[in-house]
Amino acid sequence: MNILVCVKRVPDTGARMEIAPGEKAIETRNLGFTISPHEECAVEEAVRLIEKLGGSATVLSLGPPDVEDQLRDSMARGIDRAILLETDGSEWDPGQTASAIVEAIRMREKQGNRFDLFLFGNESADSGDYQVGIRVAHALDVPCVTGIKRLEVQGEKVVARRESATGWEIYEVMLPAVVTVKEGLNLPRHPSLRGTMTARKKPVERLQPNRAPVGLELLRLKLPSEQGAGAEMLGQGKEAAPRIVAVLEELGVL
Amino acid sequence: MVLAFIDHDRGTSNLVCLQMLTFGRQLAETLGVPLQALLIGCDAAGLRDDLHRYGVSQVHVVKHPWLEDYAPEAWAKCVAQVIKSLRPKVVLAASTERGNEVLAHVAALTGLPMATNCMEVNTGPPFQVLRQRWGSSLLEEAELHGDPKLATIAPHVIEAKEGKTCAEASLETFSPILEEKDLRVRVTAREETQSEGVDLRTASVVVGGGRGVGSEEGFRTLEELAGLLGGTVGGSRVATNNGWRPHSHQIGLTGNRIAPNLYIACGISGAIQHLVGCKGAKHVMVINKDSGAPFFRRADYGVVGDLHEIVPALISEIRKKKSA
Repeated sequence: MNILVCVKRVPDTGARMEIAPGEKAIETRNLGFTISPHEECAVEEAVRLIEKLGGSATVLSLGPPDVEDQLRDSMARGIDRAILLETDGSEWDPGQTASAIVEAIRMREKQGNRFDLFLFGNESADSGDYQVGIRVAHALDVPCVTGIKRLEVQGEKVVARRESATGWEIYEVMLPAVVTVKEGLNLPRHPSLRGTMTARKKPVERLQPNRAPVGLELLRLKLPSEQGAGAEMLGQGKEAAPRIVAVLEELGVL
Repeated sequence: MVLAFIDHDRGTSNLVCLQMLTFGRQLAETLGVPLQALLIGCDAAGLRDDLHRYGVSQVHVVKHPWLEDYAPEAWAKCVAQVIKSLRPKVVLAASTERGNEVLAHVAALTGLPMATNCMEVNTGPPFQVLRQRWGSSLLEEAELHGDPKLATIAPHVIEAKEGKTCAEASLETFSPILEEKDLRVRVTAREETQSEGVDLRTASVVVGGGRGVGSEEGFRTLEELAGLLGGTVGGSRVATNNGWRPHSHQIGLTGNRIAPNLYIACGISGAIQHLVGCKGAKHVMVINKDSGAPFFRRADYGVVGDLHEIVPALISEIRKKKSA
């Protein structure tokens, strides 16, 4: 089984965001970075699949050279190698991102390296475009199932489950296939010390992708207006209990 | 025309779709063009009246024996064929799972760009959208290229309102050309799950726990409190990532969006990803030992202190009231 996992580096935002000068990005001077949550589960799933079925897993990301941190982190969790599609850090729209990924996959295929399964996050935490995996699937002419929270490979087939309002929808597609996943698919492991050590020696291939014409052009970012004047403080510690109860009665929940 | 793609599950549509229709009607008025709707694969009778009341002048029903149940690639191929024949200026869908999925397939098939989670559209030229990022914690102004424009409308950015209906909505049947391959992705089976207890998404009281709860056992007192208030328990991403709660109980950007009358957040600092999940709560009470926790700024009521002392004290106070 040969798996490609595509991940996106996003800032670890915490409690509030600020817009950076130029209005095209959020201020990240004091922020760490992480992999978008859905994709963290995609990485974990890829590692579990190759542990069970054998084969190898490659992680790919498009972004500035620093994305190497997130690629090493994925390799520390058990991914074998990485592809970094290097950009200047400016925002690539979902169409541009998808075509750069497709270009990299085709290059691999020309070298005789074919993937059986392509894993993506259902949508990225920051821009939430819901389309990169789908666009890649169309370009490669392979089936695509999205929003998956349970995944099973049975021979040449993938059985995937998507949550619905009342239970599960079950999809079955033949490999090769694109599967976009959601957090909850699994509980991602933390990288082990040994994993982190070996990840340093694993190969990262750097490519300079071509940038397709823009389709969704970011003009500026802004923060929504903040509502709320702050909390009415009911007191400190357990002495506040009677006042909390009074509020509960006021709100009609008691 | 503005063409609205109606996502539905075996003939049942959703509120976000009606909001999108309201949005589409206003957009069509601005452009001076009609609003038409596209329904795939179901007997339109049930939805047709709804669509008409929301100001749709014409409903295009795509019929084909293979379109009984949901099949995203086949549905998108139908939409692409309808677009080719009707040449709409704008194609809208609701930003729901199916709305986003089908329109993304349409975008891929047609090579068009697509903007998801839009809140506003400025027809220009240039055609601009205001869209949500980070689950609406950040907004983006963007120019949407391509023709027609493909956009999905974010949930709850507009109230669903019926519009004036001039004449009866006419019904047009569209017969798509499909190949077997288009059906390679489809719902092949379903499993209905019986939910136990109170549903997080519809509960009237939710007690949430985060890092401050500290362990799986720590959630027991929260369970007890929720039980006394007829509510249920949820967790922050920290709580689910540590395995203290199952992921299905997560409140936040990558979990559930809740809308209770009261949300009691215990030991949760208030990261934006969590706030997105509880934005729909009418009242928010925050219990946190850090008086500087950002959540206090977004709450209605606050208590500073250790939840492991406050919650048990609150439980005994409630029991006293109840037995009195």
